[in-house]
Amino acid sequence: MSTALMGEERMLDIIDLALSHSKADQTEVALFSGRWALTRFANSTIHQNMAGNSVGIRVRAVFGKRVASAYSNAIDEDGVRTTVDRAIDMALHQDENPDFVSLPGPREGKPNNETDRLEFRSLREGKYSAATAECTAEQRAEMVQSIIDESDRMGATAAGSLSVWAGERAVANSLGIRTYYRTTSARLTTVATGPDGGFGYASAKANDISDIDPRLVGYEAAELAAKSRNPVDLEPGEYECILSPYASADMVSMFVWMGFGALAYQEGRSFVCGKLGEKIVHESVSIWDDGLDPRTIVTPYDTEGVPKQRVDLVKNGVAAGLLYDSYTAHREGKKSTGHAGSLNPIFTPGNATVEEMIAATKRGLLVTRFHYTNVAHLMTASFTGMTRDGTFLIENGRIVGPVKNLRFTQSILDALSNVDMIGRDIKLVDNTLAPALKIAKWRFVSGTEF
Amino acid sequence: MSEELDTRAFCERVLERAKAVGASYADVRIVRRQSEVIDLRTGKVERLGHEFDRGFGVRVIADGSWGFSASPSLTTEEAERIAEEAVRIARASALTKRKDVLLAPIEPVEGSFSTDWKIDPFDISLEEKIGLLKDADRLLRENEKIKVTDCSMDFWSIDQVFASTDGSYIEQKKIESGGGIAATAIEGGEVQKRSYPASFGGDYAAAGYEFVESLKLIENAEEIAREAVELLKAPVCPSGEFTLILEGSMLALQVHESCGHPIELDRVFGTEASFAGTSFLTTDKLGSFKYGSDLVNITADATLPGGMGSFYYDDEGVPAQRVDIIKEGIFSGYLSSRETAAELAELTPACSTGETEQMSGGAMRADGWDRIPLIRMTNINLLPGDWEFDELIADTTNGIYAAMVKSWSIDDKRLNFQFGTEVAWEIKDGALGRMFKNPIYNDITPRFWSSCDAICGESDWHLWGVPNCGKGEPMQVAHVGHGVAPARFRNVRMEGAK
Repeated sequence: MSTALMGEERMLDIIDLALSHSKADQTEVALFSGRWALTRFANSTIHQNMAGNSVGIRVRAVFGKRVASAYSNAIDEDGVRTTVDRAIDMALHQDENPDFVSLPGPREGKPNNETDRLEFRSLREGKYSAATAECTAEQRAEMVQSIIDESDRMGATAAGSLSVWAGERAVANSLGIRTYYRTTSARLTTVATGPDGGFGYASAKANDISDIDPRLVGYEAAELAAKSRNPVDLEPGEYECILSPYASADMVSMFVWMGFGALAYQEGRSFVCGKLGEKIVHESVSIWDDGLDPRTIVTPYDTEGVPKQRVDLVKNGVAAGLLYDSYTAHREGKKSTGHAGSLNPIFTPGNATVEEMIAATKRGLLVTRFHYTNVAHLMTASFTGMTRDGTFLIENGRIVGPVKNLRFTQSILDALSNVDMIGRDIKLVDNTLAPALKIAKWRFVSGTEF
Repeated sequence: MSEELDTRAFCERVLERAKAVGASYADVRIVRRQSEVIDLRTGKVERLGHEFDRGFGVRVIADGSWGFSASPSLTTEEAERIAEEAVRIARASALTKRKDVLLAPIEPVEGSFSTDWKIDPFDISLEEKIGLLKDADRLLRENEKIKVTDCSMDFWSIDQVFASTDGSYIEQKKIESGGGIAATAIEGGEVQKRSYPASFGGDYAAAGYEFVESLKLIENAEEIAREAVELLKAPVCPSGEFTLILEGSMLALQVHESCGHPIELDRVFGTEASFAGTSFLTTDKLGSFKYGSDLVNITADATLPGGMGSFYYDDEGVPAQRVDIIKEGIFSGYLSSRETAAELAELTPACSTGETEQMSGGAMRADGWDRIPLIRMTNINLLPGDWEFDELIADTTNGIYAAMVKSWSIDDKRLNFQFGTEVAWEIKDGALGRMFKNPIYNDITPRFWSSCDAICGESDWHLWGVPNCGKGEPMQVAHVGHGVAPARFRNVRMEGAK
């Protein structure tokens, strides 16, 4: 992508210019810069191919308990000063927020032992891939062609996208936080459309684009499309259900988002309210959040510059913890866990294979992935969505054949209370690491025409 | 658009460079956007922000394929570098090419256009804006069971220049404003929310601050707070098949999801297959498929004053149009681009009866300077019928009136949908009765629209603004509109979320 990062020194210089220009009681400056590229394909040809540079500065100004922020992508001296002035002006015309205590300080969220700190440093240095950063439009086209070749071979057409990002982020504030990291990521995703109504899906995501094998991704999707031809109608109802990691990651990320943010908890609209320390799901279920896990796209700091902490959310079925940014933490007299911005949920793997799950199923469904999931009822963690890209009926331990897609409305609390088996392999899907799951009871409510 | 930049010279330099290195077509957009958001949450201004963003994007065809590159830096050197990179990317695209991109014809245009507004929202003091929200918030929280409130306003100002090698040079300016309030009642593990004038932020228009003033947020605060509290004790919506009357903002989303998205011709041709999905409205259905009952007339109209989906020219330089989508229940038209219009003309020559038939419908819009234009909804409108709302209720013996979006989901061909609403009321013997909580309805698109047997008239018709329509990779958020009046549907499957 012919990327040239600004580098730590230059980014912090720009931030220092903003900090020195600010007359606010407290000031926070976040700066990001990067280079992105995206190649999209459909009908087995590239139809959208793009690249560009991104840059932006966000300034948060604080006067007592009055807080406001301004964002701009003009980062020359004038642009930086204008953005600072804008944030200050807004903060001065703003009301006090009695719940605001302070921006985070430098001691907030520090790794708590020497080993962690060493590992932290190495992660910060180590998750930047030159292969990803330097990937050209021609290389992207070659990877896409590999997917198309696999699809062609199986009589399917390919659609999908390959996106690449190489960027850096620096955050500093007037209390002494001063952070910088750089990162890369690559994501390849494809839907294969086969003859006779067959669909298949596969995706891969990594820091290093060399870790993604487009042939494997293309083969996985095309093979599913071949297996899911001529799907038949199935009466909706309650079934045993095996969720592939694509589907289980969708469910797990929604579960964490609905229940474990400190703000939702503090406002009383989380299903975890009143249940911290209590068993909420099956004891085989453990979920935590860790932006430093090397199997994710490593994110060492949150958007306030606070180092990301590992937080146990569910431990052996018990609701164990919440995710805090500085605002929600300070409200409770706590320290931020480094969760302003993105999450990195991880579901503890078990020891089953998908084949063993199928063999253990009397009558149930194997689901490749979900489409358009959304909350149905917050306090029961109920969500709805459609199955997509390969749904298969299992009877007496064997796959009978593909069925048309079904809509489900299902409480995640109930689903995770009825976990029969947990997959031993864990897959990164978007920002969530999740294994396949076998659920004893899953509620499918209606069907569709394909 | 910018004091220091000669935009015409800049665009010419980009287009010249693109042509010089091999582009057979090129366009450039320079976009400058500012926005302001004020979120008052439970009496405290939790988010107060201003955003400014500017840059340019270059889209080219070279070797018969598309390429795009963008930069925030509006310098002469960058103009040339980005033009060259776009062409290089197009050549890489051509490595997988199956056929050359063809574009429907276009008339070049020169001109400068702007939407109308009375009061520039960026001229109104923060004190005044926050003051209005605080007054509404105070009324929402008079009831002690209201534990969380959301009162917000959003404003956008967008200046854009479009120039292409076809000879167009178009300047457009747009100001948009909107806001809304919501009250969440919480008691004993039960959480219920009511919003006004619509959920997920309220209502929006291509207008100035006068639009926010016209919303009457303060005047409606007490009623929605009362309803949120009443919902805590309301029975769960019963399960079964019901006659369903949908309130305007809920029906706007119904039109959006079950009509607006499936008529996007790029989805129909498969280019969104891996992400948002495709469409059941395939080209063989055009002109013959029975989408809904004879009462159902839907247009895509980018010419409506004040619409969030209105403009003068789209991001390919095609003039704003009104296109028939559903005519007396029959599927009659798509949202299209220059590329998809040309492709459709090739596929369905029988539909081409005149020389304008293969022209683009003018629905290409991009979310800022660093995104390519995609086919986006304009204002997708269910045309009014002739019922008064009170008459419609009085005419319904047994049914449910459901209001305001709570949850939505639809399959990847836009057939099976499920929507949850904030609230519902029983209709019994022609009158609204008791309130139900957690209503959900679920159906298949053509079956649902075929069951429509009454639509309210002009006096109940409102053009809703929706500022959060997501599509594409990278995700692009479009501002769109939906004009609707409440309507009645028969035999709809409903239940209460548990």
